[in-house]
Amino acid sequence: MPRYVLMRLIQGVITVWFIATATFFVMHNIPGDPLLDDKAVSEEIRKNLEAKYGLDKHELVQYGIYMWNMVRGDFGLSFKHENRPVNKIIAERFPVSAILGILAIVIAGLGGVLWGALTALYRNRWPDVVIIILVILGISVPSFVFATAGQLVIVMANRIVGFEILPVAGWGTIWHMLVPALVLGLGTMAFLTRLMRTSMLEIVNADYIRTARSKGVPIAQIFAKHQFRNAILPVVTVLGPSIAAITTGGFVVENVFAIPGLGRTFVEAVQQSDYTVIMGTTVFYGAFLVLMVIVVDIVYAFIDPRVRLK
Amino acid sequence: MTEAVRIPKSSVSTSSVWQLMKYVFFAFLFMFVLLVCLHIVTLRLDIGSESNAAVDLVNNSISLNLGSEPPQLDSTRSTDMVSGQVLGHVMEGLIRYGPNNEILPGIAESWDVSELSATFYLRTDAVWSNGAPVTADDFVFAWQTALNPETASQYSFILYPLKNGEAINTGEATVEELGATAIDDYTLQVELEQPTPYFIKLLAFFTYLPINREFYESRDGKYGTNAEDLIYNGPFLISKWQHGSSLRLEKNSDYWDEAEIHLDAIDFAYIISDPNAILNLFATEKIVMAGLQAENIERALANRWQIKEHVDGSVFYLGFNHRENRPTSNRNLRKAIQMVCDPEELVYKVLKTPGNRPGESIFPVWLRGVNGYFRDEYPAPKHKPDVELAQEYMARALDELELTTPPQLIFLTGDSEFSTKHAEYYQSLFKENLGIEVRIDQQIFQQRLAKMTSGDYDIVAAGWGPDYDDVLTFGDLFSSWNANNRGLFKNDELDRNVQIAQQSSDPKARMEAMDRVQQILYEEAAIIFEYERGSNYVADDRVQGVTRRAVGTDPDYTRAYISERQPK
Repeated sequence: MPRYVLMRLIQGVITVWFIATATFFVMHNIPGDPLLDDKAVSEEIRKNLEAKYGLDKHELVQYGIYMWNMVRGDFGLSFKHENRPVNKIIAERFPVSAILGILAIVIAGLGGVLWGALTALYRNRWPDVVIIILVILGISVPSFVFATAGQLVIVMANRIVGFEILPVAGWGTIWHMLVPALVLGLGTMAFLTRLMRTSMLEIVNADYIRTARSKGVPIAQIFAKHQFRNAILPVVTVLGPSIAAITTGGFVVENVFAIPGLGRTFVEAVQQSDYTVIMGTTVFYGAFLVLMVIVVDIVYAFIDPRVRLK
Repeated sequence: MTEAVRIPKSSVSTSSVWQLMKYVFFAFLFMFVLLVCLHIVTLRLDIGSESNAAVDLVNNSISLNLGSEPPQLDSTRSTDMVSGQVLGHVMEGLIRYGPNNEILPGIAESWDVSELSATFYLRTDAVWSNGAPVTADDFVFAWQTALNPETASQYSFILYPLKNGEAINTGEATVEELGATAIDDYTLQVELEQPTPYFIKLLAFFTYLPINREFYESRDGKYGTNAEDLIYNGPFLISKWQHGSSLRLEKNSDYWDEAEIHLDAIDFAYIISDPNAILNLFATEKIVMAGLQAENIERALANRWQIKEHVDGSVFYLGFNHRENRPTSNRNLRKAIQMVCDPEELVYKVLKTPGNRPGESIFPVWLRGVNGYFRDEYPAPKHKPDVELAQEYMARALDELELTTPPQLIFLTGDSEFSTKHAEYYQSLFKENLGIEVRIDQQIFQQRLAKMTSGDYDIVAAGWGPDYDDVLTFGDLFSSWNANNRGLFKNDELDRNVQIAQQSSDPKARMEAMDRVQQILYEEAAIIFEYERGSNYVADDRVQGVTRRAVGTDPDYTRAYISERQPK
């Protein structure tokens, strides 16, 4: 077991190194750089800026310097938000994205399991049909539509009631996060519902269900103890990557609801070619994703004794 | 086989649903506990904004949004509009603009100007928020810092009228040689490189703001990064700056003109750029002003809000690539394109949002001339679209370019919905009338700038906003030495006229030179005038005394106040 974990960690480090290297060279070779601005600058000022940020050195030298600093845990200073360390930006913004992400994934997970179980239970009857239509909608409609619509619903609800039920945008209390988290979790919830449904229906036909039925176990107990519990396993498997995807993919929601999260920071950095912030957030996200997958693998081994970690 | 294990429907449903109900109960319980935990963590982290009303009568404050976060607030290095807006509320320079853009005394109580020098007499009651007096040295220090090559300020060029300004910036002189001296604490002596008739107007620009030397040095290179890394001499001070989230201004009780400041706080409670979300905030009375874009103007109309217009001062045009290897370096081709373009059709039938004005010149209508408005005194070139003439030009162009069919042109533009619509209009216009195939190249801002700088385009959708209140802020844009002339247009007569406007102290000679510039740009079809932008917005009518400007702090809330809601 420790050996397995160690191997996975080494693999993870190589993956992150690869992500960092690829991002570094792609980023430096697409048109545009962080020193370009609306107002053009003279040759001299341009040279001063390049020297200040070390962009006048050879690309490989820059890469070496960057990697050395990164190994020591220093992501450097932001180009656009001058004098602000990237480490600090991530430390400030990530908790916000994480809180929103946790809430979204819990909503998605609990909801997905519930709807999935319901559809399986009422297979081919109207609750199943209705939920499956909603699932298709949830998977295919992009999140910016949900985000905008969600916000509009708050506006209308507040107006009808005459006082503020939920704030339209911003951050700071639990009331600010309910709708954004729901919007953020919708896609995953739909996906999990489908997964849960399939897995429930598969299990209905399993040998152990048949055995349980033939020895006279009450139906409710079969459902709760055998079918439901076993069906959840595949859901847990995809939860790891989903957590990473939700926590990192919230930029649309963060934009619409004015939430100071890391996803928004990342997209803004890409638009402004803010090299150090792009690198810092990409490496951070990459490491986070890799870690989540490893954690889920280990958790899985505890839940399902058939899985052996070699 | 499936049939054999199929569970009878009726009995399963009720008991299994009961199990699911139990699940739902525990799920809700879990959610509740989780929400409480997350709530506590969020409060601990203390990120975000207090959810105030747009107009808070109890605290005498208003709430607003910022379109983006100021990258930092060191005035020597600021470049963007949002930073300019915030700096305009918390700092004050030698002069300031009044409600009608008239020049009013700021930190300078009075001044004498001659052709090559100026003396400013500073008020003695102006202090920094740490208690230090605002002295002449604060200006000298800020200007030296901005020009110091090590600062690498992008706006250093705006200080070039100062004697040795350019030389210092290019490393040919030391900062001590700058033509700005503190005679004593309250007298500032300025020498100019050459006669600069518009020098006083430049002083309102943020690069000219003072910085306290001692405080700047005590921040060890971090001046302007956070609220605590700044001190203020303006009407407000930043009491809280939460990066990426909010910025709160509170009245500066030490400000010399404190009696004229009525609001106790201005809360930039949201940093948000999504137009629909901004309008939602306005609709729920969370912010006092919301800008309108093409996509949300309909909604404002449907709500019967009063839509206000504001000339934001900028002009938009199609820029040509004049590099020799490009077909657009051919004058006849450019003339042909010019002759099919109709700014009126563009503004009234394509853009359709109110407030825009068909473009006729590089100089917008609000600029001042000798006595009145420049454009009244020197009318723009007359333009009448003429397809037949355009086709004649086209035939000549094909001849000169030795082509049999019209060349394909790359139209470089932005990545917004507006940009798409705008580019497609020209695509069909050029195709139908001239047979020119247009390939639309949509790029995000940084990539677009990179392509403009390297010359990888034929036509680009571009615009320019004023830095200071003088014709030259637009007039020198296409001089051969201007780095913003990214299409590399070169015309000796235009260059000569720009030099006249830069150096002459005779207003008439300057304006005549600028008139030649607008004529040359049209005759040579160096660019195609499109429109002068007017922006639309909705505002809470309880807030009065707000100033909108084309040049300088915009919108300006420094002297705003809350009045009772007007009867409808």
